[in-house]
Amino acid sequence: MKSNFRDALGDAFVAMGEEFPDLVVVTADVSKSTRSIAFKEKFPSRFFSVGIAEADAVGIAAGISTFDVPVIFTAYAVFATEKPFEQIRNMLCYPNLNVKVIATHGGISVGEDGVTHQAIEDIAIMRAIPNMKVLVAADPGEVKAALRTALSTKGPVYVRLGRSDAEVLHTDADGVTFPLGKAEVLRDGTDVTLAGVGLLVDLCLKAAEELEKASIHAAVINLRSVKPLDNSTLIQYARKTGAFVVAEDHNRVGGTGGAVAECLVANFPVPMEQVALDDCFAESGKDMLLYQKYGLTVENIIVKARQAVIRKQAR
Amino acid sequence: MVSGETIQKLEQMARLLRKDVIEMTYTAQSGHPGGSFSLAEVMAVLYFHDLHYNVNEPKWLDRDRVVLSKGHAAPVWYAALAEAGFFDREELYKLRKIGSLLQGHPCIHIPGVDATTGSLGLGLSAACGMAIGAKVMGRENVHVYAIVGDGELGEGQIWEAAMAAAHFKLNNLTAIIDRNRYQNDGKTADILNTEPLLEKWISFGWQTVEINGHNVSEIIDAFAFARNASKKPTMIIANTIKGNGASYMIDQPKLHYTPPTEEQMEQTLRELGF
Repeated sequence: MKSNFRDALGDAFVAMGEEFPDLVVVTADVSKSTRSIAFKEKFPSRFFSVGIAEADAVGIAAGISTFDVPVIFTAYAVFATEKPFEQIRNMLCYPNLNVKVIATHGGISVGEDGVTHQAIEDIAIMRAIPNMKVLVAADPGEVKAALRTALSTKGPVYVRLGRSDAEVLHTDADGVTFPLGKAEVLRDGTDVTLAGVGLLVDLCLKAAEELEKASIHAAVINLRSVKPLDNSTLIQYARKTGAFVVAEDHNRVGGTGGAVAECLVANFPVPMEQVALDDCFAESGKDMLLYQKYGLTVENIIVKARQAVIRKQAR
Repeated sequence: MVSGETIQKLEQMARLLRKDVIEMTYTAQSGHPGGSFSLAEVMAVLYFHDLHYNVNEPKWLDRDRVVLSKGHAAPVWYAALAEAGFFDREELYKLRKIGSLLQGHPCIHIPGVDATTGSLGLGLSAACGMAIGAKVMGRENVHVYAIVGDGELGEGQIWEAAMAAAHFKLNNLTAIIDRNRYQNDGKTADILNTEPLLEKWISFGWQTVEINGHNVSEIIDAFAFARNASKKPTMIIANTIKGNGASYMIDQPKLHYTPPTEEQMEQTLRELGF
């Protein structure tokens, strides 16, 4: 069964508005597509659309937060993080303000709108800033829990959502927890670890099923807390499986793959392959056709898993 | 009507702030004395006449807010905060030194500082957020001041914030342009002309007043005018002289980011009457 990230986000905004009675939401003329309009309808006095002015939106969010209230700034991932990057660094992260950047439209899952709207660098640049935390929801079922974790964590947090409809991995949205700094092990295995974020988690699960038929026992990890990263689980699975594939809808430079590589190299080096954009821009097109053309597929995860296993055996 | 005694006291404070700044930047051998000197009277009136704050509780929620968007004028702000009692005056002489409280540009770790600035163009947005926050939280008495440079108006984000402030009817927000007509590379008029200021801000929906930024009574009156705003944010265009009070700095754009020599410091202290 598939469902929609953004509808889940609308529900989550309203739920957080109730759980955090001082919560203020700021957006930049995308209240419909981020579904923050649902928050506006429920809590009109705590909602501000500041027009098409993302840099200003970050500054306004920073200023509001000085009244000791949590603030969410929500927009598309490109415009939420890349346009106001320096504002996020200097106005939110350096002073460690309690502002959460909640982004829809992560990665090439944006589809038809094309490259200008497809954030494939956002995880890399957000995790590079001190004090910033980075969470990526794998399915709509995790969205509410991701927001709750972001709002319960002091300081700036970036939450990234995809745009496509996604396979529901967590059916009990109210029962899901999203602990900061913890990965979610979805499947145990001994031969290779498939670690994914966002929409790629579901593809990793499907790849693991296929690999099982070839007697390759793959573990699958939802790396939803990209920063802080769950080093202990990663090291545990590096020891256990000796081979890694990291899959994400993001450039292969600096994103989740980079984060995992940093952890493995420092702690327990094993062969690691990436399934990600190959340092290129994509194009307009249906989201799943783009995924096929740019290698974000079950088949490619299987190929990379086999390569990682071969490299392990060659050592 | 403000008494002559009050005015004299504030003028004395501005003189003292300039003394602090020249000594701080001399000790640090780094920093921006000229853009600090142009703000001495504004800072003196803010901290010793107008603002509501509590030095024993710097994060008191009903405090008025100040955002120094032209963050490079940090020395004069730090001097005012120290003279007001937010932290020990001794800190002033550790400006910009490793391990010290007073960073090269303002950050919120410093008591009395509510917005991290220094990257130009960002502060007015934060001030808008504070003014919105005051309204959302029902803190009607809180007034927010943002101090921007005339050269800084080249940053597009200033104009995003200008529109937002008028749109949200932020009558609890006052911005002050320190119009000293110089920026890093020279005269603002030559680099990127940001004039006509008055007409721009009126057309952006602000109530405006133009004053001599070194005249304490005019500053006091402008702040009173701002605090009585009913529906609009207030822009105070303060005509100032970069380096005012230190003759060696006047009309010397190359000194934007140049600390004083010992001789220049001593000469300035003499000119200030110390």
